[in-house]
Amino acid sequence: MTEPDASAPAPLAAPRTDLTDGGWHHLHPATPLLRGGIFMVAILGFIVANLRERLIDLFIGDENYGGDPIDAIYERGATGWALLIIAGVLLVILVAFYLSWRMHTFRVSGESVEVRSGLVFRSNRKARLDRVQGVNLTRPLIPRLFGAARLEITVAGQDGNVQLAYLGSKLADDLRRDILHLASGLRQSSQPADVPDPLASTSDTAAAAAQSGPVENAAPTLIGPATAHSAFNDFATARYNEFRAPELDPDAAPPESVVRIPPGRLVGSVVLSGFTIFLLLAGIGLIVSVIAGSSGWVLVAVLPGLIGSFGYYFSRITKSLRFSIAGTPDGVRVGFGLLSTSSQTLPPGRIHAIRVSQPILWRRSGWWQITINTAGQASGRSSTPATSSIILPVGTVADVEKVLELALPGFETQTHRALIENGMLGGRKRDAGVADYYSNAPARAVWLRPFSWWRTGWAVSDQVALIRRGVLSRDLILVPLARMQGVRISQGPLRRRLRLASADLHTVAGPVAASLSVIDVDEALVLFKWMSTGAVRSALADTSHQWSRAAAPVPTPGATE
Amino acid sequence: MSPEAHVPEVPEVPASAALPPESGEPGPVPGPVPEPSERLELTEVGEWKRVSPKYVLVEIVGTIVNAVVVCGGATLLWLLLDQTWAMWVGIVVLVLSIINLVFEPRRVRAIGYLLRVDDLLFRRGILFQRFVAVPYGRMQLIDINRGPVARWLGLADLKFVTAAATAGVSIPGLAEADAESLRDRLVELAESRRAGL
Repeated sequence: MTEPDASAPAPLAAPRTDLTDGGWHHLHPATPLLRGGIFMVAILGFIVANLRERLIDLFIGDENYGGDPIDAIYERGATGWALLIIAGVLLVILVAFYLSWRMHTFRVSGESVEVRSGLVFRSNRKARLDRVQGVNLTRPLIPRLFGAARLEITVAGQDGNVQLAYLGSKLADDLRRDILHLASGLRQSSQPADVPDPLASTSDTAAAAAQSGPVENAAPTLIGPATAHSAFNDFATARYNEFRAPELDPDAAPPESVVRIPPGRLVGSVVLSGFTIFLLLAGIGLIVSVIAGSSGWVLVAVLPGLIGSFGYYFSRITKSLRFSIAGTPDGVRVGFGLLSTSSQTLPPGRIHAIRVSQPILWRRSGWWQITINTAGQASGRSSTPATSSIILPVGTVADVEKVLELALPGFETQTHRALIENGMLGGRKRDAGVADYYSNAPARAVWLRPFSWWRTGWAVSDQVALIRRGVLSRDLILVPLARMQGVRISQGPLRRRLRLASADLHTVAGPVAASLSVIDVDEALVLFKWMSTGAVRSALADTSHQWSRAAAPVPTPGATE
Repeated sequence: MSPEAHVPEVPEVPASAALPPESGEPGPVPGPVPEPSERLELTEVGEWKRVSPKYVLVEIVGTIVNAVVVCGGATLLWLLLDQTWAMWVGIVVLVLSIINLVFEPRRVRAIGYLLRVDDLLFRRGILFQRFVAVPYGRMQLIDINRGPVARWLGLADLKFVTAAATAGVSIPGLAEADAESLRDRLVELAESRRAGL
């Protein structure tokens, strides 16, 4: 929507939008329509079409009218009434949409983001900016066609998200940047006063233009009425450009920090999944049953499911296509999606645990996946979850190293690389001669972990705890000690026999569990000591809740660059 | 909450003891194993605070109630519905409960907690031992719960909740005044060491 002046790019620390001035603002005018209004209208249409006979019966009460209701109305001379009723219904819908749009407002100030909504049941939600766990920008397919996007500010806790749905696409981009800047603790030097009418007027739809009529308060209209007859052309061109635009702003991140996934590898990784094995087994079973001469009903029952499974592959692949992960000044940016796109920004210090894993089928190709725990996961309500705990769906060892560098800033020296590589590929037996860096489980752990004992080990380096485990499916788990919530060592009778123990590092809820199932007793005590003291020390040294404060104690415009 | 005497002492632990290496040198270097010890035992941490001996009663009542309910159900099944397997279930539960009762005092004695300079230590269990350390700065909230028996004995359970998926630390069987002063002390410590999430 808001096309900024191309000739004069704003200084980086100055806000790009004037939505962060602390006043109340409206969302995109098409919001009620996009948030389910379309479906409401469609359902209404469906009901009317299906209950036509009944409705006619109800209103006209004439049993022996024949044929088309429109003819009947015309014959009775009730055309005026019919048009009036239709106009009335449309008016009611429009007024309801307009009111719900008017009541749905948000404001962003230096400390918080606040959203008010609801016509009858008012709700008000406010999130503190220094508690932001991530900012997600989602463009589901239909809103994306309309040039709208959903901005979601994640805070810790179940369902603790503040949603700004929907905003103009470009506006959402800029607002995300401004919110991240505010959250980073970097004070803005100037308010945007010199922008006369920052919101250029492009029209969305005729309906939207009609709704956006006079807005009394100071909040700027997001969309002005269409003035030129070429408005629709402009709109189409803008949508087309947006659709084709790269998900990641080219100047938002240095290109060497960007990791992308070739489509071929992505398709391969989805095909080489456990689901494929299941599918193959089902297929073999089917063939065998047909050959064995069972009746055709098995085929009829199973075949649709098999065909339907291609839909699963399709959705998996389109979801991860155009995947990119990059380091921006305000954190790691993860973007994905072909039709519905989503892009997630994780400010520094919001990653609580990282797992680098390799399912057995991926071993030949040398592919790895990275999963993380964050405090703001699982926004259960929305149908298309914007956040994903997978920040690298599939990648090579080099990709993994790049992503880990982004996720754990400062963890990138030669020794760290060696640690990561050993953690992914190494093991006690294999690297008998080479320095392994990991403190491994003793050989007697073979009783409890017959296959994986030689890969089970741990290490601590630079405030990051590493746990290596698993043979069939290899795992390397990294936990920044500054985020660790606690440590536990435990021992049951079986492990006591073998002079072993087990250890857990507590992190926030998520798919990654940092646990070490076998460890020597004495070493468990060492681990306990190191983890508990390390957690306290690195938490004291940690300043990432307002990440730019530490970098720029005297904030000046452009200090982040 | 006037009784200051209940506030547990924070023992002085040398902060330099066994810190992780600053940087550069990755991986732990476990020292020479002093002597084979099978049990998990934290040394050089100081004197563990134990919970009230009266807490044994709470545990005993709990075990007995459990046993009565299960055994009663099993007996009904056995006598009324003629299910012989229920009898065996009842017998097993009864035997286990009696063994449990015998070990109850030792199990309660094994529960301990310790306020270190920067974190809370907790231990429990004899057969299944576990030690937990939670930094004060990670505290999200503190719960104090009182069951019926515990309330009758003037005891309370204190729960230290963090943002972690697994529940933090739950210290049972504290005298009520102790629990409240410990809560205030922990909140105070957490305030001075707050570390975001």
